[in-house]
Amino acid sequence: MATQVVMPKLSPTMEEGQLSRWLKKEGDKVSVGEPLAEIDTDKATMEAQALATGVLRKIFVNEGETVPLGAVIAIIGEPDEDISALVAKAGSSEAQAENKQSIQESVKAGGDGAPVELARVVPDGARTQATIEGEPLKGDVGGDAGSEQPQPASAGGNRQPPPPTKQAPPATHEGNGQGKQPSDGGGRLIVSPLAARMAAESGINLQSLTGTGPSGRIVKRDIEAAISAGQQKTSAAPSVAAPPQPEQPAPDAQTTPAPQPAAAPQTATIKPAVEGASPYRDEPMSVMRGTIARRLVSSIGPVPHFFLTTEIEMDRAAELRRSLNELDAEIKTSLNDFIIKAAAVALVQHPMVNASFQDKSIRFYERADVGVAVAIDEGLITPVVRSADRKSVGQISREVRELAERARARKLAPEEYTGATFSVSNLGMFGIDEFTAVINPPEAAIIAVGAAQAKPVVRDGEVVVRQIMRVTMSCDHRVIDGATGAKFLQTLKKILENPLLLMA
Amino acid sequence: MPIITMREALNQAMREEMHRDENIFLMGEEVAAYQGAYKVSKGLLEEFGDRRVIDSPITELGFAGLGVGAAMVGLRPIIEFMTFNFSILATDQIINSAAKMLYMSGGQFKIPIVFRGPGGSAYQVSSQHSQALESWYANFPGLKVVMPSTPADAKGLLKSAIRDDDPVIFIEQERMYGNKGEVPEDAEFTVPLGVADVKREGSDATIVSRSLMVPIALKAAEELEKQGVSVEVVDPRTIRPLDIETIVNSVKKTNRVVVAEESHAFCGVGAEISAQITEHAFDYLDAPVKRISAADAPMPYAKNLEKLAIPDVERLIAAVREVAYLD
Repeated sequence: MATQVVMPKLSPTMEEGQLSRWLKKEGDKVSVGEPLAEIDTDKATMEAQALATGVLRKIFVNEGETVPLGAVIAIIGEPDEDISALVAKAGSSEAQAENKQSIQESVKAGGDGAPVELARVVPDGARTQATIEGEPLKGDVGGDAGSEQPQPASAGGNRQPPPPTKQAPPATHEGNGQGKQPSDGGGRLIVSPLAARMAAESGINLQSLTGTGPSGRIVKRDIEAAISAGQQKTSAAPSVAAPPQPEQPAPDAQTTPAPQPAAAPQTATIKPAVEGASPYRDEPMSVMRGTIARRLVSSIGPVPHFFLTTEIEMDRAAELRRSLNELDAEIKTSLNDFIIKAAAVALVQHPMVNASFQDKSIRFYERADVGVAVAIDEGLITPVVRSADRKSVGQISREVRELAERARARKLAPEEYTGATFSVSNLGMFGIDEFTAVINPPEAAIIAVGAAQAKPVVRDGEVVVRQIMRVTMSCDHRVIDGATGAKFLQTLKKILENPLLLMA
Repeated sequence: MPIITMREALNQAMREEMHRDENIFLMGEEVAAYQGAYKVSKGLLEEFGDRRVIDSPITELGFAGLGVGAAMVGLRPIIEFMTFNFSILATDQIINSAAKMLYMSGGQFKIPIVFRGPGGSAYQVSSQHSQALESWYANFPGLKVVMPSTPADAKGLLKSAIRDDDPVIFIEQERMYGNKGEVPEDAEFTVPLGVADVKREGSDATIVSRSLMVPIALKAAEELEKQGVSVEVVDPRTIRPLDIETIVNSVKKTNRVVVAEESHAFCGVGAEISAQITEHAFDYLDAPVKRISAADAPMPYAKNLEKLAIPDVERLIAAVREVAYLD
């Protein structure tokens, strides 16, 4: 049964979306949960996942085109299905208005060819499989499953569920908006809330599992079994580099029936199959760790990195910082705040570095929004200091502290850690002399900052002691060439060695 | 630590508090000369005299109202109901006066009163005398509701209830007066209201139980351990205010929960606990919350039927195995 794919509502304020990139082309097979397209909204670039399984039959919207909410952007169907009626319908303006309406009201669609919300969509920086693949014919926009209780057929005392009809399937859409198992014609995917959460956190496709609870409910032990099965699979072929699509289990994993419940809890130490090898324990991966892995693989793989290192004399900056902090107990700037400020000022002077590779175009950002890598218990996150070039060092300092604090409390809103145009990663506080950082796409560069340390250097023929800090810039060669990067670093060095320039 | 009965622990609590504060007095049917229908007030008349240990006529509404009035003018009454079944007669004073006085007087009158006595089922006392009424009282803001399950908790909680400035409904389980346990002798030993207690730690399922159901839950947990199932037993001890945090933390650990209670399920305390677990720990549940409650019928007089009406070890074991998907 063919279904329309429509422009989803990806942010509360979104009225239209730009289709920035198709991740599938006409004729490609798609399955529920697979990324279909990248969409630029007023807030961020989001990746949209398919809600239906089949073949991407027809694309209506070209890359770069902007269409209103609810506009039909594609059709997914069986390879040989007649979709002419849907194609015709997609062109009509009434259909689009209707779709928009249905999306905004989070109304569940029913019946053949009804509009399907493109997918649960999450910001690029925080994509998660937490969104369980919905039933193909249900647009669960806000995840507000509570609003989708079936209405009783008559008021009061009627314990019978309404009889199933073709137009209104008697799905009760329980709990967290589960879709149905493809193999299961009329039923739903039944999952315990805990199992749903565990599956989301460990990136397991619930559709691939067979539940062992009552009525086939997928419960904790089924997820544990799937996790340990996945682990065995991974350890069986450790040398083969997996394709960078971690959110999509290998095809055979989808069809493999879930093994019987594992006896050991997921965090128990497991004896390896190979005699003499170290025992290990498997802990389900957090959403954040999964995201980090996915993001970094999509960086170092497809993004051609090169690295430039320079030494920066930080005596003056350190002196300025000291003087500033002595003025007022409220001012607690760090050297990193100066580096953020200097980088932002340098970015404005070197627009090529404040840019992003976009397949067919280079995107130049108007503002210097600097992402600051913050280590937290579960991994790392890069809260963004917007327009850092226009903020004082003191202001940057306060903002970074406040963002970092909330980052550690996991209280950041997506827009606070996505959409940076450049990043700074500083491991100086760990005594690291120098290191290279992995670019955070779609940014074009990141600087890795080492510790400022007293070193003997030659100045005017004399050996003197200076606070030397090594900065390594990772550049996306598709946007930045060696000389471009070098000039940016020159400017950064000049500012940090003469921090009075920040006043100029 | 001395091992004493729950009856003695409650007696100690009242005696110690009455020594500490001369505004405290005990009133109820047969509490003085007869030393209590269940001998909880044994020796108190002799020790404190008939101004502070007072036999009332058989008029629950009357002496409950006397208590509320006394509390309004600064005394700290302990009103004993011979059983909580008879408190039904006094509900106008408890619910309309005691629970609301602080609010309706704009904070002028606090009501530091304890209504205490046995509740729940006994042995073959039939429908009218076997009722667990905690959900009635817990439903009303202004009342605190306490249900101890061990002698030590009984002593510590009753002392806290007496010291509390709000009206407290203190329900002692009639079958448990003879239960023994270690009880601290320290006159300053108290158990705070509103703090649950993990009576047994476990990892596979949680039984939330109170009062009579706690020893039964502990027995079930022992049996289940032999079957390889590790059960945590949480006793809220105070129904209102309810320490939902401790319960939720346990559920987050075990992912499965059985709520065991001696009262009826419908609109019961177990329903409230179950709802709050769903609200606060939905994403941690691996199975629906399971309630094990009294039969939805008046308590039968017949011994065999009475046994079937009250949750027992076997039903609890079956419930835990069900939520843990073991059968």
